[in-house]
Amino acid sequence: MSVLVDEKTRLIVQGFTGREGTFHAQQMIEYGTSVVGGVTPGKGGTKHLERPVFNTVADAVKGTGANATVIFVPPPYAADAILEAAESALPLIICITEGIPVLDMVRVTTAIDLKTSRLVGPNCPGVISPGKCKIGIMPGRIHKQGHVGVVSRSGTLTYEAVDQLTRLGIGQSTCIGIGGDPIIGTNHLEAIRLLSADPDTHAIILIGEIGGNAEETAAAFVKANVKKPVVGFIAGQTAPAGRRMGHAGAIISGGQGTAKDKYAAMSAAGIHCVETPADLGSTVAKVLKQ
Amino acid sequence: MKIHEYQAKAILARYGVTTPRGEVAFTKEEAREAAQRLKSNISVVKAQIHAGGRGKAGGVKLARSADEAADLASHILGMKLVTPQTGPQGRVVKRLLIEEGLDIKRELYLGLLVDRGTGKVVFMASAAGGMEIEEVAKDNPEAILREIIHPAVGLQPYQARKLAFGLGLSIEAVNTAVPFLQSLHRAFVDTDASMLEINPCVLTGDGKLVALDAKMTFDDNALFRHKELRELRDLDEEDPLEVEASKYGLNYIKLDGSVACMVNGAGLAMATMDIIKYAGGSPANFLDVGGGASADQVKNAFGILMTDPAVKAVFINIFGGILRCDVLASGVVAAAKELQLKVPVVVRMEGTNVELGQKIIRESGLNFTIADGMKDGAQKVVALAAGGAR
Repeated sequence: MSVLVDEKTRLIVQGFTGREGTFHAQQMIEYGTSVVGGVTPGKGGTKHLERPVFNTVADAVKGTGANATVIFVPPPYAADAILEAAESALPLIICITEGIPVLDMVRVTTAIDLKTSRLVGPNCPGVISPGKCKIGIMPGRIHKQGHVGVVSRSGTLTYEAVDQLTRLGIGQSTCIGIGGDPIIGTNHLEAIRLLSADPDTHAIILIGEIGGNAEETAAAFVKANVKKPVVGFIAGQTAPAGRRMGHAGAIISGGQGTAKDKYAAMSAAGIHCVETPADLGSTVAKVLKQ
Repeated sequence: MKIHEYQAKAILARYGVTTPRGEVAFTKEEAREAAQRLKSNISVVKAQIHAGGRGKAGGVKLARSADEAADLASHILGMKLVTPQTGPQGRVVKRLLIEEGLDIKRELYLGLLVDRGTGKVVFMASAAGGMEIEEVAKDNPEAILREIIHPAVGLQPYQARKLAFGLGLSIEAVNTAVPFLQSLHRAFVDTDASMLEINPCVLTGDGKLVALDAKMTFDDNALFRHKELRELRDLDEEDPLEVEASKYGLNYIKLDGSVACMVNGAGLAMATMDIIKYAGGSPANFLDVGGGASADQVKNAFGILMTDPAVKAVFINIFGGILRCDVLASGVVAAAKELQLKVPVVVRMEGTNVELGQKIIRESGLNFTIADGMKDGAQKVVALAAGGAR
């Protein structure tokens, strides 16, 4: 098993015919993801990558029976794209777009709470269940099917962790990139809840970074509810306060959101903390043997 | 993006928020004329820099005449203000705000920000005006009142009343406060602010609420829809290297170490700084060249890194994935040759065609070292930086 995405996922791509949408749709198709069509307003009725293009998400869902969407729409229009997907009650919405205004996300997350859709992202690499389905921009070839779940706010740092696991012969059940923005759909806690309930996931890697307190909240959940081993890393131990470190959400403000606080919370929750990402793979190997 | 106090007050005034009468001044003479026009018994000369703590550092003074205002202005202009928020290097004052003095009865704190926990805008208020809100939050968290605002309906009058009564205001003052708070919220949302702070907001002797100070920060991601705000950017307040980097779409933050790093992705870039520290070195910067890391971006990034004289070695840590390492390696080599790079460079890269990429680096004839993984890379670059310093 795995969570969120698998062989039964039927994906549409919003922003299908754009440069990013086209490139990554191709990569996803090559990986074996069932990409059933896409949406680009004004190009409905045409074909792209041998798949149908629709004007609206509603048309695409009706025409393809899609149960998931991935969004590559530019930042000014991305909030609208998420809301359109939620309106069609797509169970899974993954938004890759980086740079969406934060107040747009305040409105979006408030509005879609009422619906049945799960949002992952924005500003994330996507979700992959290796060997089954890849939705997003992560390099498929570094992954290997297996039993470790990965949850992370950072794209390249996730690749780093996955690459180490694969080199050690340890596969992954599902890797969830939750995104580096301050307001996101699925947070650390919810992603860990999913992986914790998945019988095929035997251990979890939690990669966090400075800013906010989502890691602390997730650590409290792990302490109370998670029986599987969890290995944790927080990026930004050397980051200066008050500066945004690339990700819109990676900022220590008012003394809140430091790596030190997050490590303290994770240690208290029994999470196996590593000081550098270079030790993530070997630490997972160690805890799996115990 | 940050703006100056006088700019924030001008924005708030457009939303009906009462602010003291005042003018910006760039010279001693402008300060004198501004004070004359105010016709106020006491005028306040306030240094305009993008950092708090100005009062304690000597950047805010009272004047009893236009001549005194001019003298104070000539003293403060050009002064280097060092506050907890500027860091030890301080900030040179180039602009002043000349304002009327007010009859202050009470000082309050008002603030708005996006709360990550609830995912909504939250209005904060405290009777402890004038104090750093972080300190109030630490020592006496229940002294901060909070109202979470639903984005569909905005700050409702009952929420504003709750805050105002909670601050212990009289019924007359509460009635003044409701539209005042609603105006602040409207200004926050309309401008896509990420932070709005009125500290202090004062209650005057004649029962008026006035924003005595104003601090606004805007969401960089939303600036595309606010042309008028983009024009308020003051490059004098930013690090010149960071300004240069932002022109190329590079995310660069200068630090004070000696190991420069060039990384793709924000999380990996932070982790690279951390691992340099872990290996006993000290990072010279944060630099995210973006997920794609094109040859052009690499060249621009090298240019920025080499402008920092403290840099003794460079660590390139690129986890490409989809990116082709041979293309990246060619870009790195070309940039290093063109810029006549003097310092040693350690390269760690992963991605498609990694062997070919390493071969290009190895055969370049440049002072490059290839690392096997990021830990190995960090150890190598820290050793090289230490060697270069001797």
